[in-house]
Amino acid sequence: MAGIEIDGCSYVVEDGNNLLSACLSLGLDLPYFCWHPAMGSAGACRQCAVIQYKDAEDKHGRLVMACMTPVTDAMRISLATDQARQFRSDNIELLMTNHPHDCPVCEEGGECHLQDMTVMTGHTFRRYRGLKRTHNNQNLGPFINHEMNRCIACYRCVRFYNDYAGSDDLQVFGIHNNVYFGRFEDGALESEFSGNLVEVCPTGVFTDKTFSAHYSRKWDLQTAPSICVHCSLGCNIAPGEHYGKLRRVINRYHGEVNGYFLCDRGRFGYGFVNSPERILTPRIKSQTEITADAAGSHFRQLLKTAKSPIGIGSPRSSLEANFALRTLVGEENFFLGLEDTEHTLLNTIIELMRKGGIHSPSLREVEQADAILILGEDVTHSAPRLALSLRQAARNASFELAHTMHILPWQDAAVRNLESQALTPVFIASLCATRLDDAATNTYRGSPEDIARLGFAVAHYLDDSAPAPSALPDIEQSLALTIANSLKQAKRPLIVSGTSCSSLAVIKAAYNVAKALPGPDTHLTFTMPECNSLGLAIMGGKPLQHAFEAINKGLADTVVILENDLYRRAPGQHVDLFLNTARHVLVIDSLANKTAQKAELLLPSATFAESEGTLVNNEGRAQRYFPVYPAMEPVHASWQWLTNIMENTQWRHHDDLTDACAGAFPDFAAIIQAAPGADYSIKGSKIPRQPHRYSGRTAMHANIKVSEPARPHDRETPFSFSMEGAMAEVPPALLPVIWAPGWNSNQAINKFQEETGGHLRDGDPGVRLFEASGTLPWFNDIPPAFKPEQGLWRIMPLPNIFGTEELSWHSPPVAERLPNFCAFVNPLDAEALGVNSGDQIEISSLSGAFILNIPVEIEHTLSSGLLGITTGRPEFQSMNIRERVTLRKASPQLQDNSESQL
Amino acid sequence: MEKMDKPLTKNIRSDRAFATLADYESTGGYQGLRKAITQLQPKEAQHWVKEAGLRGRGGAGFNTGLKWSLVPMDEDAAQTRYLVVNADEMEPGTFKDRLLLEQDPHQLIEGVIIAAYAIQASIAYIFLRGEYHLAAQRLANALLEARAKGYLGEHVLNSGFNLEIYLHTSAGRYICGEETALLNALEGKRATPRAKPPFPLVSGLWGKPTVVNNVETLCNVPHILHYGVEWYQSLGRGADKGTKLFGASGRIKHPGLWELPMGTPIREIIEDHAGGMRDGYKLRGFLPGGASTDFLLPEHLDVVMDYDAVAKAGSRMGTGTMIILDDKTCPVQMVLNLEQFFAQESCGWCTPCRDGLPWTVTLLKDIIAGRGRMEDLDTLSGLTRMLGPGNTFCALAPGAMEPLQSALKYFREDFERYIVGNIADMETA
Repeated sequence: MAGIEIDGCSYVVEDGNNLLSACLSLGLDLPYFCWHPAMGSAGACRQCAVIQYKDAEDKHGRLVMACMTPVTDAMRISLATDQARQFRSDNIELLMTNHPHDCPVCEEGGECHLQDMTVMTGHTFRRYRGLKRTHNNQNLGPFINHEMNRCIACYRCVRFYNDYAGSDDLQVFGIHNNVYFGRFEDGALESEFSGNLVEVCPTGVFTDKTFSAHYSRKWDLQTAPSICVHCSLGCNIAPGEHYGKLRRVINRYHGEVNGYFLCDRGRFGYGFVNSPERILTPRIKSQTEITADAAGSHFRQLLKTAKSPIGIGSPRSSLEANFALRTLVGEENFFLGLEDTEHTLLNTIIELMRKGGIHSPSLREVEQADAILILGEDVTHSAPRLALSLRQAARNASFELAHTMHILPWQDAAVRNLESQALTPVFIASLCATRLDDAATNTYRGSPEDIARLGFAVAHYLDDSAPAPSALPDIEQSLALTIANSLKQAKRPLIVSGTSCSSLAVIKAAYNVAKALPGPDTHLTFTMPECNSLGLAIMGGKPLQHAFEAINKGLADTVVILENDLYRRAPGQHVDLFLNTARHVLVIDSLANKTAQKAELLLPSATFAESEGTLVNNEGRAQRYFPVYPAMEPVHASWQWLTNIMENTQWRHHDDLTDACAGAFPDFAAIIQAAPGADYSIKGSKIPRQPHRYSGRTAMHANIKVSEPARPHDRETPFSFSMEGAMAEVPPALLPVIWAPGWNSNQAINKFQEETGGHLRDGDPGVRLFEASGTLPWFNDIPPAFKPEQGLWRIMPLPNIFGTEELSWHSPPVAERLPNFCAFVNPLDAEALGVNSGDQIEISSLSGAFILNIPVEIEHTLSSGLLGITTGRPEFQSMNIRERVTLRKASPQLQDNSESQL
Repeated sequence: MEKMDKPLTKNIRSDRAFATLADYESTGGYQGLRKAITQLQPKEAQHWVKEAGLRGRGGAGFNTGLKWSLVPMDEDAAQTRYLVVNADEMEPGTFKDRLLLEQDPHQLIEGVIIAAYAIQASIAYIFLRGEYHLAAQRLANALLEARAKGYLGEHVLNSGFNLEIYLHTSAGRYICGEETALLNALEGKRATPRAKPPFPLVSGLWGKPTVVNNVETLCNVPHILHYGVEWYQSLGRGADKGTKLFGASGRIKHPGLWELPMGTPIREIIEDHAGGMRDGYKLRGFLPGGASTDFLLPEHLDVVMDYDAVAKAGSRMGTGTMIILDDKTCPVQMVLNLEQFFAQESCGWCTPCRDGLPWTVTLLKDIIAGRGRMEDLDTLSGLTRMLGPGNTFCALAPGAMEPLQSALKYFREDFERYIVGNIADMETA
């Protein structure tokens, strides 16, 4: 620590930090643009100028850029002297020579860092009389608007996009005041993290195009803390609503999970909430609309007459909703509603997480890893935000080298310049090439069996009591040895695996590797498909296949399906048989799907944006989300539908349900602490969802009724649907809007962190449910090497950020980015089949479940005998099932690109 | 051993034919290298150059041997180090390196090899201005000759020292002359300067210790090694040592370039070597060291061309090539011309330079077009401070402000005449 003096006051700050970060961490107002806590210092904008004095005697000092100046003990500086103030004001004046005066029509207005900084420096009068330079804008795809005239050339966009996120199709072109930040030509931004440009850009160059389509000022948005529902990582988000429509999703800073950044699926996938596919009224036999009360009675009636009704839970529904269903039907009749293989994998993963003795890291911890082995995951597609963290971890060797050269970690360009000489060992073993390969030191491509065998071999090299695969070829042996040596030398080795290749062997191999690394900082993390996959699996229940049997054998005749499209979980004929056999099918869901179509009684459920609940992310962290706006009658939260029909229940409120759930499972005991309950208040007040500048409230519905409608009451959460209430001292889990006086943009987060880029003051939200303890024996069941069977291929679904996840399909901008649906084969296989890229291929399943004609692409990195299929299209859900198929070049008359049931 | 008072240009012939390897060797060429490799340890070679008092000829004037001695050598002897030659001569009014490159390429190559030996660099790059086609051709040829003779490649002069020299022709831009922007350009990145620290000596090209030296600087090195420190020191007339190429352009009788001892009075350069002002023109002022140095006035003619002496007079030695302002050329228009160049060449990285220089140009154009206001002069003065040393990311904008700030000081009436004329016009209209 270092003692420094700022404008005559003494402070103790972190030694070696830069002065800007230190000042902001102290809560001082010092304007900046190019510096970003996650990206370090650039020194480009020159906005954070302060005066530094040589010693106590020095009266004049010299101007320095705070972001480029390391803190040293006994340092004396001033933010307030006229010289520093004048410089900062003059600097804004220079930026403004080209910045248009279009704030009233700019979508950034009201949450613009440039606006805030301009006001902060006091620059008010324009002396520049020349012309402003102008640029052409580009079409950057469905997510991002481009308005280059507003650019102040802080270089944050390219530093994020190229350096931080690793994509190269956004660049800086030109020189002097004509620098241009864009693509070589118009086209959709390729990065899976492009949406962060909206928040990284300090002004209105990059704005959210999906928000533009139904734009509202920030101060007119109603917001509540929420959790992303589009993958298992549980990124914290702040969705905004106006006039009953969800308008956008922005990042909600979390010091352990997502930090400052989201992936594009999480940011732009919210469109399903406003989708015309939403189920908005209860229906009987997908025809007759009935009232909520009638639906409730009907529901109750059906259950009364039912023969031991069964319930199928959902990995995309909250713990509370699943628990309510489980309680309703009884533990014996509760089924998880997962694809069978996935069910087994998740059970194994939970076992490992609880009893395996290896810590499951947060994303912040992932970023500290100094050697990484990824087994069987294309992380960018299966858990996108994790890929961004792994990319940062891949830089740790250059940070270490920088340290030996006395280069400080925030000296960004200098550290990056060392990247070619200091590689963090990153090994990626996957089915085929991944989007993270450019950050890898070695890659290996093979079948799930081969990936698992490589992992087992690594574990054996690390600890010879671990079993070794037999007859492993030399090339794999030597790679395994290289990996083992790198992991052994690491202080914080990280093993990443998951459910993507549907292989228990891969998961077991990942555990063996982690177990063979006895250091205290060995971490093991698994990706899972959905936002509450882990939570649901911890709760536990029987496999879906057992539900099918119960109905098909007549042990039960009624099924209640909670937010689950079973056609995504099992082969079509099986689901058909099941749903047709059941006497009564009750479905609670928010979006129309094939399962919902077959419901006798369909109940409209609220989405994450209109309901509350607890989700458990892949790390084992329980996090609470809150309704951003009330569900519109007769839509109810799933947990409400379920508790409403339960007779004699004590569960009148969501908190009761949370408490009961916590009491029912030791692993869930801590979920109550995920966030304060509905009785939480600040000096008797609720926390407002609407900011204090919410405008025109009395006029909003004046076309319908002149008097202001009463605000809906929220009995379930500590929030009010209004602008009245307490905003001071709000605990982090309940922060709806990040705002501080003078800081209207997202940069206000500095005021809520312990230090810039650090943990939220009063602790990051959510609670880890358990810490791994003990140890498990080595897994010994090493699979034999994969040998393609003559004339047979195994389907391997390849996850895609846009498409694999069910809900985000329904967001039109995401739908525009869906990958082309096609099959991938190895070049040798293609030759044997006589197909070229672009030809149609006929896929027939051995079970006879389907024949499919789809285009084929040749993928050099895919093993022979595997058939890669891009997942995502609803019409090809059956292809998610790992079946064996035969292939042949499609005959021309069959080229209708469609599925036909045999 | 002839022309010992002009070591840098002794091989340069009046007929413009360039020195071949044989020509170069015939006047003692590669003897300095031979001595360094066979008789001196790298540290000793560094010491010789440091003691000789050679200061960087690119403009900053840092002691060359001292710079070399700051390269980390002891910790890891096997570590890659680079020597980079800054041959990106683009300063307006400056053409000294071009002469050395085109007429006597081996002199530079020998200097490069000795410098590389002194810092134990096994790879050297010559970063050459792209438009210097002739220099590129002659250097490329000379590199082949030197290699064939065993001066380059593996086992230089049968020693244990290996060196590869690569010639890289720049894709353009003035900012590439800034040493860290040069390194970025060489790495294939945008030619944007780097933050210092870390200095290139510690983390330069691809993050390795790197020395960047100017062409003329390195051309001095063979002679220091060959003829010795004392001889070199005897060449200077004042505080600084050795000789230097001094140039002059503008309305003088004989614009050109002359090798003269450091410490030569400016008057001698302009009046004796350049032949004084052309008939009908009077000396109004001059930029002593190229476009990015402050104006000096006729009263400064007796200042000697030493780094500290020129600085004391209020300007900089810069490249030592003067641009003369005569009494019939408008200083405001001259400054506008220069500022347009600098505004165009700003890399666009930092705000004051990127946005301040175009505003400067706009104001000067307004003033010249009769649209100026008296407060514009205050704005211009403000900009010269705003864009001054320490406030910007590199030295481009502070350099650009030097002619402007001194013009505002010395030629303010010329600026005011445009503005007052404007007011007078408006009143009579």
